[in-house]
Amino acid sequence: MTVARRPGAGAARVLAPIVVGAVVLGLWQLVVTVGGVDDYLLPRPAAILAVVAEIAPSMLSAGAITGLNALLGLVVGAAIGILAALAASSIRVIDNMIAPIVTALAVIPIVALAPVLNTMFGADSQFGRQAVAGLAAFVPVFINTLRGLRQTLPVHRDLMRAYAAGSSQVMRAVTLPTAAPFVFTGIRIASSLAVISALVAEYFGGPRGGLGGLISTSAASSAYARAWAYVLAAIVLGLAFYLATLAIERLALRRRS
Amino acid sequence: MTNTGDDGAGSSERPRPASPGTATAVTVTGVDKVFETRSGQVSALKRIDLIVAAGEFVSLIGPSGCGKSTLMRLIADLDQPTSGSISVFGKSARQARLDQDYGIAFQQSGLLPWRTVAANIELPLSLHGVAASERKSRVGELIELVGLRDFADRYPDQLSGGMQQRVAIARSLAEKPNLLLMDEPFGALDEMTRERMQSELVRICAETKAAVVFVTHSIPEAVFLSDRVVVMSPRPGRVQQIVSMQLAADRTDGLREEHAFFDMVTAVREALHQGSPVSSVRGVENR
Repeated sequence: MTVARRPGAGAARVLAPIVVGAVVLGLWQLVVTVGGVDDYLLPRPAAILAVVAEIAPSMLSAGAITGLNALLGLVVGAAIGILAALAASSIRVIDNMIAPIVTALAVIPIVALAPVLNTMFGADSQFGRQAVAGLAAFVPVFINTLRGLRQTLPVHRDLMRAYAAGSSQVMRAVTLPTAAPFVFTGIRIASSLAVISALVAEYFGGPRGGLGGLISTSAASSAYARAWAYVLAAIVLGLAFYLATLAIERLALRRRS
Repeated sequence: MTNTGDDGAGSSERPRPASPGTATAVTVTGVDKVFETRSGQVSALKRIDLIVAAGEFVSLIGPSGCGKSTLMRLIADLDQPTSGSISVFGKSARQARLDQDYGIAFQQSGLLPWRTVAANIELPLSLHGVAASERKSRVGELIELVGLRDFADRYPDQLSGGMQQRVAIARSLAEKPNLLLMDEPFGALDEMTRERMQSELVRICAETKAAVVFVTHSIPEAVFLSDRVVVMSPRPGRVQQIVSMQLAADRTDGLREEHAFFDMVTAVREALHQGSPVSSVRGVENR
């Protein structure tokens, strides 16, 4: 149902965080210039922006490398997560087999695997990072999808039985549509995790050129303004993933109110 | 099975034959239902015998937990009896379900929230491979029947509870079943909506000539709608008495204020309270 919004409510929703951001940046600039914090430790926002203008092409190409790793990991990890959840929800033995593995995956910090995978797949391969991102994405998609597949209401199950519907009909008519919002929640969580994992995995060696690698080399060579500029790019990348998955979710579920 | 004392009220004659012929819609013979629970066995139904004629409206009434919903679920083949047999139009309950011989509605409307009103009514038709053009015309008829023409493209959460229930009833009628199974379909509605829905159901039944097994815990509702009211005892559920309604064939709203109506309400109430002190009967609404 379309609820009439208060006029200006939409604008306030966009403006409020922008105002907060501007105030924080202003305070930061003020503290560093007037408060006497060493520019070496914490560069002024103005200085960081100057560097951004200077290294923008490098930020873009680094973002593309890390973004591609995260995207591949997200797509493959989410696909495997959905398929595994479908298998687990329909066959109890598979559920019993997968559950402990997923629990183990959920509790270990997946990024900790990065050095191992980097060594396994060679120092010039991006595969280790993609695998880390994929593993990180798999867990929330699997858990949420499985949960969603078990949300079918008893009255809907009774109804489908009364209609003598076959199992694939039940899956299409009731089970999957019921699970869809849960699947998308899982993917939305996974999208942020995939970016974080792909980025952090670059801290542990492997080919250079990604955002994570550039952040760590810039910081190591005391180029803090440059490090911050790459951090900014990483934030933008994470946001882009989040907003993209959110948009896909809205598009897919738009027929419901 | 005992009958009410007053003259003719307990006779097995049907005062309002809705369809010619002697075909029976539902035959329940010696049915027991025992549920296995963690704390042991619970006997829900004991030695139930019941015959519902074609076109007849039969209500099941009784206190909460008397197994009236369970009995309806057995007829629908949503559960299986522990012993005894059930036949629907001369077939096993399972075969009748597979042949789609009945339509069903529950207390929850059970609409699919991602489908429009029209698409919800269409659901059983599309599951059973009815051609698109036929589906469209049938859905149009049904929407007209339940008076929701202006709401065909709305989603369930845009409708009131009464409207949702009307959609569910339209859906249960989609395949023109000769038997309707209804489990407290108006249980969650307010009194005014409920009376309006009852009148609509009477009209719809007159048009479709379907037999109805209607579960309720409201005495006036059972009296207003039914040809016969099956009064069930508390757990384990048994048929305590079957009361035939001695009422005019056309059930209009005026009936609710007639003496004959109140007499029938009293007859059902007395049947309900028979064998157990009035104070111990719970879950029955006397409104």
